[in-house]
Amino acid sequence: MHVRRLELVDVRSYERAAVELEPGASVLIGPNGVGKTNLVEALGYVATLASHRVSTDQPLVRVGADRGVIRCDIVHEGRELLVELEIVPGKANRARLGRSPVRRARDVLGALRLVLFAPEDLALVRGEPEQRRRYLDDLLVARQPRMAGVRADYERVLKQRNALLRSAYLARKVAGRGGDLSTLEVWDHHLAEHGAKLLTARLALADALAPHLEEAYRLVSAGQGKAVMEYKATATPTSILDELASVKDEEIARGTTLVGPHRDDLLLRLGDLPVRGYASHGESWSYALALRLASYTLLRSEGIEPVLVLDDVFAELDTGRRERLADLVRDAAQVLITCAVEADVPQSLHGNRYLVQPGEVHRV
Amino acid sequence: MYEGAIQDLIDELGRLPGIGPKSAQRLAFHVLSADTTDIKRLAAALTRVKEEVRFCSTCYNVAEAEQCRICRDPRRRDDALCVVEEPKDVIAIERTNEFRGRYHVLGGAINPLEGIGPDQLRIRELMARLSSGDVSELILATDPNTEGEATATYLALMVKPMGITVSRLASGLPVGGDLEYADEITLGRAFEGRRKL
Repeated sequence: MHVRRLELVDVRSYERAAVELEPGASVLIGPNGVGKTNLVEALGYVATLASHRVSTDQPLVRVGADRGVIRCDIVHEGRELLVELEIVPGKANRARLGRSPVRRARDVLGALRLVLFAPEDLALVRGEPEQRRRYLDDLLVARQPRMAGVRADYERVLKQRNALLRSAYLARKVAGRGGDLSTLEVWDHHLAEHGAKLLTARLALADALAPHLEEAYRLVSAGQGKAVMEYKATATPTSILDELASVKDEEIARGTTLVGPHRDDLLLRLGDLPVRGYASHGESWSYALALRLASYTLLRSEGIEPVLVLDDVFAELDTGRRERLADLVRDAAQVLITCAVEADVPQSLHGNRYLVQPGEVHRV
Repeated sequence: MYEGAIQDLIDELGRLPGIGPKSAQRLAFHVLSADTTDIKRLAAALTRVKEEVRFCSTCYNVAEAEQCRICRDPRRRDDALCVVEEPKDVIAIERTNEFRGRYHVLGGAINPLEGIGPDQLRIRELMARLSSGDVSELILATDPNTEGEATATYLALMVKPMGITVSRLASGLPVGGDLEYADEITLGRAFEGRRKL
């Protein structure tokens, strides 16, 4: 799979820009703050309908415009597919696939498979469990678009159950009595049902991913330490109901759901030590990169040939690691690399070069 | 901001579902420029709907009398009862001409986020109807979303011990559609609910 053309209208710093891309390696060169990341962010948005940098859509639309449009020509197995997304902050996005409108923007998921590594990914290693759950769930959706529905169903049920517990908690605090929990059993059942689906998928994914992570970390670190991941669950897929029952009183006392995939974490270790808190900056950074590369090699091993984006990666790596990373991604169907200093990127990846200037992109 | 009556009208229209500030403004100025008799008719219809339309004392569908048309109809079967969220769902099912039993309108679905629990819905009234013993099948036709499913599960748990058959509307592929255009969730559900031929 590769992106043949990317066009932005009123997105971030671009009023109107289009760039024709080639398969294989491409390097986007430009000084800091010129808009390189905006380009790859737009690609990320097409793949996941979310930005890797911000949680709301408002910053994606150019200041002064009321909507932004991303157009992306994707070539997959010799066929070309045009994805068009119109981002209107505060409203549902509109999407078109091959020039015909789709009912929901979600229907474009799967059209572009993308693995993006960006400096923000350091949070995968150093940040809260939520970052790692999102990492797994995004990858789940990239493998099976159907999982977007499972994830949304679970989140909706969780929200409702939390609202119920919260109202019972408030009723107890204010009025000194229990509040209406007669529907709690129903929400338990639905939470367990959707939670089991999500958890089963995550466990299978963590199993499949582990060897890829080990291998990727070995490559980028030159064999210094073994990267191990372990999914730490609050329940097994069949025990969610029982676990909910055992924490029921505490849940009512605290007014929130304490068991389920939303409380799980992905434990990341280097040898025997947890990465969070123990690893150096360089190690953490390599680990985060390895997590993304593992997603990439896993998808490839399953016959999906995703587009790889390495945003501002090479500047952080020493020469040895640069070369090893270049070796790993050289045969990618398409890899887009952004950098401020061209010399940071190994010669072997200098396939196509693009110069990014404020508001425009030129091939050089 | 406009002054006085026109702004009041814009504010009131803007509180209606599906009407944003721009639509409210457009409607308000339409009202202002429209024929007086037309607007009087609209105003009368608005007043009448609150004064004359009531909720059926049996099924809580909208009615113009003590009981709605369906509850008054002696030809309808008493042994099958279909539970829906809103009066508009009754109309939708009636259009199929498939169901000859009676209805019960809950007035919504269980939705803790909106503060709606069983006590805010006509569930106690439903239980009272079921305890009369006439009903042998209860059909749960709440919406196929998170809240509708939760409501259906809640009712099923309550009703099953009464020895009444409880069924849920099937969800799956739309008739006349193409399989390839179905989204993954619908297609997944349709797979789960497949039947033997």
